[in-house]
Amino acid sequence: MRRSPAGVAGVVILALLAVVAVLSYAGLLPYDPVAQHPPSRFLGPSGAHLFGTDQFGRDVFSRVAAGVGNSALIAVVAVAFATVVGTLGGLVAGFYRGVADGAIGGVTNVLFAFPPLLLALSLASVLERNWFTIAVAIAVVYVPIFIRVTRGPVLSLREIEYVKAAVSTGQSRWQIMLRHVLPNITSIIVVQVALSLSWAVLTEASLSFLGLGTPPPAPSLGSMIFEARSLVFVAPWTLIAPGVVVVLLVVGLNLLGDGLRDTLDVRNRGDR
Amino acid sequence: MTVLRNRFVRRVAETAGILFGVAVLVFVMLRAIPGDQITAGLGTEAAALTPAQRQALEQYYGLDQPLVTQFFSWLGNMFTGNFGYSARSQQSVLELTMNALPVTFELAVLSIVLALLIGVPLGMLAASRPNSVRDAAGQAVSLAGLSIPAFLLATTLLSVFAASFGFNPNGQGFATLLEDPLLNLRQMLLPALVLGFGIAAPILRTTRTAVLEVRSDDFVRTARAKGVPERRLQVRHVLGNALVPIVTMTGLQFGYLLGGAVVVEQIFSVPGIGRQVLLGIQQKEYAVVQSTVLVIALAFVLVNLVTDLLYRVIDPRVGAS
Repeated sequence: MRRSPAGVAGVVILALLAVVAVLSYAGLLPYDPVAQHPPSRFLGPSGAHLFGTDQFGRDVFSRVAAGVGNSALIAVVAVAFATVVGTLGGLVAGFYRGVADGAIGGVTNVLFAFPPLLLALSLASVLERNWFTIAVAIAVVYVPIFIRVTRGPVLSLREIEYVKAAVSTGQSRWQIMLRHVLPNITSIIVVQVALSLSWAVLTEASLSFLGLGTPPPAPSLGSMIFEARSLVFVAPWTLIAPGVVVVLLVVGLNLLGDGLRDTLDVRNRGDR
Repeated sequence: MTVLRNRFVRRVAETAGILFGVAVLVFVMLRAIPGDQITAGLGTEAAALTPAQRQALEQYYGLDQPLVTQFFSWLGNMFTGNFGYSARSQQSVLELTMNALPVTFELAVLSIVLALLIGVPLGMLAASRPNSVRDAAGQAVSLAGLSIPAFLLATTLLSVFAASFGFNPNGQGFATLLEDPLLNLRQMLLPALVLGFGIAAPILRTTRTAVLEVRSDDFVRTARAKGVPERRLQVRHVLGNALVPIVTMTGLQFGYLLGGAVVVEQIFSVPGIGRQVLLGIQQKEYAVVQSTVLVIALAFVLVNLVTDLLYRVIDPRVGAS
């Protein structure tokens, strides 16, 4: 990682945003992100309100910070779910082959037949909406990517001598998969996790922009940008602050992903 | 030739299987919503229905049938062109889709053209001197394309252009390409630019990598030694051979395009297929959502099939083994 300046830049950006997210989880924000205070509407950025206030007199900095916290939470839960399910699916498909491979491959192909955002959108629209179901909707989109990314390498690993040796010593299939195969594909998975996180943040923001994300008044970067559309000329900071932060978050994750890919020398990159 | 034909037949059969799976998933998904067409249509008034009224409505919508029967009757209807009916717009979903599909198709083609115009030259430029300033600039453009959400770019462009230049063709009613080509292209410009910028990034990266790889091949050195002019060398020998990954990547971006179309069409009031889905979701018109999502998946799967077959044409080595 040290040899990749891009990766280092990504880590620095993410560390800064992580501090902000932790502040919001710990309830240490300067203002309550949902508390309305009409007398102080549309205040420009100042010492008291770093990013100014919005149309309800809410502190934009606190809302952006809470939005980062929410986005990060949803993205992390979604990608964690997709990683576990997808990697297990890819392991089983590549290692057992046959019927299991066919069934998992079929599900993967069906999920890949949807444009990613459309699938997340449809799922989010049918589920009862809260942060967890949004995470699940996003996770479903990324499960097939993890399956596809792991299955190929597993297929070739199972033909390698030390795996065959492990089979001949009578270890169970699950032991072999988890102990001998999985450790050899971790670098691929790690890179995929970083890249998927950036897409998950984008997806979450898009969903909440369209009104299908975490319901209000919970602050979310996407819905803040949606609300700020009509306020651009009255209070440009209501658009600029969440806009810049969402881009920083995604840039940080992309740089981290690129850095990891260069350092770990993983060549294939899953499609989005 | 038979090998190729068998391959084609197998791919088509596979595609049909995938589409059946998609249909099942879409059907199950929409049935998972609490309530049904009756409660969606009537809202809270549905509670005031007498059991007899309710039963009559259930019979009307076919909700008294077993789920499997409902599924196959929907699928059968799709085949005969009956996509359902949108009560709000007083139009059949087929009619809506036939109007919306060409709009999104036009948007997609324009976006891809813009993306190729941005991505391929910049990718070649970046590859012409790796690790130079121009390479870094190319990388920065692609990072921006990957990281700026379409909705943010669209919102910003819309307000900046409208306010600073008085350019807001999307503020008036939408004109199709046939009705008013000039206005139509003006209305498509910003949406296509937003989508095109998003997919230019992966195209740029792919072009850069592919060109770098081909550049060091022996035949390029031979061509240069033979005295082939540099421009011709770059376009015909290098780019020609880097085309397969570029075409593949462009095809893969189609999914992003269809998803992004939902967002961008909504922001710029472009009456395409993405907006149709979103409106269906917002107005709880599940007949619209169900059939439209299936149509979009069909389009996506077909594009993947075409891309797959296309690069067999570009590179005869593919599929020969």
